[in-house]
Amino acid sequence: MEQSEKETPRIGVFICHCGINIGGVVNVPEVVKYAKTLPDVVYAEDNLYTCSSDGLNKIKEGIDKYNLNRVIVASCTPRTHEPLFRATCEEAGINKYLFEMANIREHCSWAHMHEHERATEKAKDLVRMAVAKARLLQPQTEPEIDVTPSALVIGGGISGMTATLCLADQGFKVSLVEKEPELGGMLRNLHKLYPTMQDASESLGHFIKALKSNKSIAVFTSTVVKEVKGFIGNFKVTLQKGNAETENLDIGTIVVATGATTFEPIGMYGYGDHENVITQLQLERLLKEGKLKKPEKVVMIQCVGSREEKGRTYCSRVCCMTALKNAMFIRELYPETEVYLLYRDLQTYGQRYEHHHREAQEKGIRFIKYAQEKPPEVVASKNGKLEVKIYHALLGEQIKIESDLVVLSTPLIQQEDAKELSKMLKVPLGSDGFFFEAHVKLRPIEFATDGIYVCGTAHSPKDTAESVSQAFGVASRAAIPMALKRLRTEAITSIVNEDLCSGCRICEAVCEYGAIEMQEKEGKLTSKVLEALCKGCGTCGASCPTGAITMRHFTDNQLVAQVRAAPQVAKEAAKND
Amino acid sequence: MEANQSVLVIGGGIAGMQASLDLASRGMKVYLVEKTPSIGGRMSQLDKTFPTMDCSMCILAPKMIECFRHPNITLLTYSEVQEVKGSAGNFRVKILKKPRFVDLEKCTGCGECAQHCPVEVPNEFDMGLGVRKAIYVPFPQAVPLKYTIDDENCIKCMLCQKMCKAGAIDYDQQPETIDLNVGAIVVATGFELFDARKRTEYGYGKYPNVLTSMEFERLLSASGPTGGHLLRLSDGKIPRRIAFIQCVGSRSLKGGVSYCSSACCVYATKEGILIREHNPECEVYIFYNDLKVFGKGFQEFVNRAKDEWGVKYVRALPGEVMEDPKTGELTIWYEDTTENVTKNMKADIVILCPALVPRTTDKELAGILGLELDEFGFMKSKDPLFAPVDTNLPGVYICGYCQGPKDIPESVAQASGAAARAAEIIVAAGKEAH
Repeated sequence: MEQSEKETPRIGVFICHCGINIGGVVNVPEVVKYAKTLPDVVYAEDNLYTCSSDGLNKIKEGIDKYNLNRVIVASCTPRTHEPLFRATCEEAGINKYLFEMANIREHCSWAHMHEHERATEKAKDLVRMAVAKARLLQPQTEPEIDVTPSALVIGGGISGMTATLCLADQGFKVSLVEKEPELGGMLRNLHKLYPTMQDASESLGHFIKALKSNKSIAVFTSTVVKEVKGFIGNFKVTLQKGNAETENLDIGTIVVATGATTFEPIGMYGYGDHENVITQLQLERLLKEGKLKKPEKVVMIQCVGSREEKGRTYCSRVCCMTALKNAMFIRELYPETEVYLLYRDLQTYGQRYEHHHREAQEKGIRFIKYAQEKPPEVVASKNGKLEVKIYHALLGEQIKIESDLVVLSTPLIQQEDAKELSKMLKVPLGSDGFFFEAHVKLRPIEFATDGIYVCGTAHSPKDTAESVSQAFGVASRAAIPMALKRLRTEAITSIVNEDLCSGCRICEAVCEYGAIEMQEKEGKLTSKVLEALCKGCGTCGASCPTGAITMRHFTDNQLVAQVRAAPQVAKEAAKND
Repeated sequence: MEANQSVLVIGGGIAGMQASLDLASRGMKVYLVEKTPSIGGRMSQLDKTFPTMDCSMCILAPKMIECFRHPNITLLTYSEVQEVKGSAGNFRVKILKKPRFVDLEKCTGCGECAQHCPVEVPNEFDMGLGVRKAIYVPFPQAVPLKYTIDDENCIKCMLCQKMCKAGAIDYDQQPETIDLNVGAIVVATGFELFDARKRTEYGYGKYPNVLTSMEFERLLSASGPTGGHLLRLSDGKIPRRIAFIQCVGSRSLKGGVSYCSSACCVYATKEGILIREHNPECEVYIFYNDLKVFGKGFQEFVNRAKDEWGVKYVRALPGEVMEDPKTGELTIWYEDTTENVTKNMKADIVILCPALVPRTTDKELAGILGLELDEFGFMKSKDPLFAPVDTNLPGVYICGYCQGPKDIPESVAQASGAAARAAEIIVAAGKEAH
């Protein structure tokens, strides 16, 4: 059904008792009586439960009988119930954007449960404001877009490989891009993988074989993503291999699995000055290659460059278990070698890792806890060895360990080129440098921008098992739009009045969703809204200095009318009249 | 044969809901089975969530509503899995729908019945701290918002039937068996709490001011038994000092579990901040062993608790808690391992952070499904490294806490992972059928 702009509004108001939740405080029949006096309201009634199937039928009957073209429900929160009422309007042939809601439960009966009269007055105010807005509502449409059933996975480490295989097994084409000549990422440096101690190279071999034998997967090594344009379902991606070759891809969804690198602790604990001070990753490589010469005493120091007071404040999660694992390998290899582990808090979480802690204790590894304020010291002694001084809290004194190998556990940190990728994809990095997800709790593996997802250590430090777990998750999130084939996008988007736009680019800078692009038209720079990306948050409209941007469904006219109907404003206006 | 496009999800907590929503939103049919009267799970009981301090119910309720409203999701609440036969692509499942004695179609959730019900019983949702009626909804935002008669406690006075305007009360309702045919199964049964009574040295169950962290979560909550006012339930006293004890029954070789529950250090930190927010004059001490700050933003959260909120951390595993029976005041005896001396501290409330353990009912469910459990009773992954959500049975996947300790975001991400694997099976079965 079409509602034209000129059509006279015929508003129906349905006021809910919500059992006793509203009706026990607000005088609902009185609000109904009041609603009937408001301009363009042709019908009003109360319901015990407007959301019950009985209540919903009443709305439909009202629309039919009184030829309503605007519907208001005054009840609870739109957060939970607006979709239901909108759907009911649609079923009765009214565009769902011609529906308006007033929350007289949370805002009236619950907030003012001991002031029945004033709660009733406030309910009238909210209904009057809803009517003022509803008179100016316009029908809106939700545009539909096609989704290219092909995913791009950036990063060929364990996360990227797992996500790629799982997406392919769900029936989608996948392009896997790795900047290095070989797939594998961090796995290529690792010896054995805790907690099962599977061999990293062997596992990697299985993955590469599976990737290469899958016809839905295209692997691009020594390749980087050069440019990303477009939006969910319709990304245009340019890849670059080496200096010259470029490849253009049509992509539906993008997975960021670019991993992390490790911190280089130059100048800390003698690293860089003494060749026998190495990082945990260097030790891992020595063990992997079988090149570790027998040391007499090894000291491992945890939290080197992580959990700092300022700067790198985060815990890198994987270091404690990695140290435990490598300490045990050293003891297995050289049973006479003493291994000391200097730690702050042992991160042996979950059902399996504490077991390794006990195993390490049984295998004779010596644990010494140190406090952040009293870190160990490493100095070269005359006999060419390294003297590690540490305050031993249980003994209450400083002890010295003469060691011939000091291993520093340094944190995983973000890759250098992550900033560039973050700009290209218009997705944020957090203060820790890692990619920042849409919602820490409930949207942990996707960005606020639709169609772009994140997993593995690009998101935060995590071990192989945890990266794999997230990668499977991403393979579901990134598959959903592609499985649907078509998507309905937001109807409530912003509109730019190009005549008013000064091309100042403020809107482009504030948009969190990358939904604003600048365009040049007849020599004038103006902003343009990519509707498929716009979430209708209104930030651009609020920050536009020339008033060139308005929001559909929240136009200035509509909002001003609603505010003018608010009690204080209405009183002022009456005074002035 | 027509390929089966539907999936059974067992457990209506955040993991089960996320798996259901992922599958449903890509067009697959989902049966979400929950044994209690409402979906929502553990997250619905929490006051706030770390490290963002989001109100738990506020971020959860929209997801619950989405599950309820989704055309591809059939909610089977107050129901249990009774029998599973068949294999990947074609499971035949029997679900027992327990009688609510309330007609779901007719009940409007108005609450008139509960207002008149004369029977009060401890409220499970409030961890027994508050009361509910024999006809009840577990919590105000329950989904579906329909009442249930607790048959064990109902005295059959028929008052609810008289009061119900919708005529929804049906004392003759019988258990119902529902037969389903599904292509894949996702298990997300969550966790329960280690019985803190077993650690007799801390006096839980004996001293009224020793609480578990889950009880305390309800005590803090605006929808909890005190309406969010922080006071001692035993005597109404405003607490001046509250102490948390970590690792109660976890990381322990005597009378508990040997593993680390993963969430306690950070949720205690959150509860500590909330106490300081409620009452800046109440001191907070957290007794810990190793501070587990491995998650994204955890260390920064603990720093904030220390620096901005004045939460104090003591590295010690207390040996005993004693009560002064006259005042209810508690004394915690502990060895300060940083100084190696025995000390004691007085507190008005002591909160125990018990081990989070697999559901006792998981054993039975695993038996019905044919699933293997690990040595701790968690659902066993096929390969903890590369196949975390797979099990010994093709077509049956696991996610959330029932697979092993994890926090909410990890459960959410893993639930999507289980959904992806289930989708693979459905897609493969579809191809074979064509």
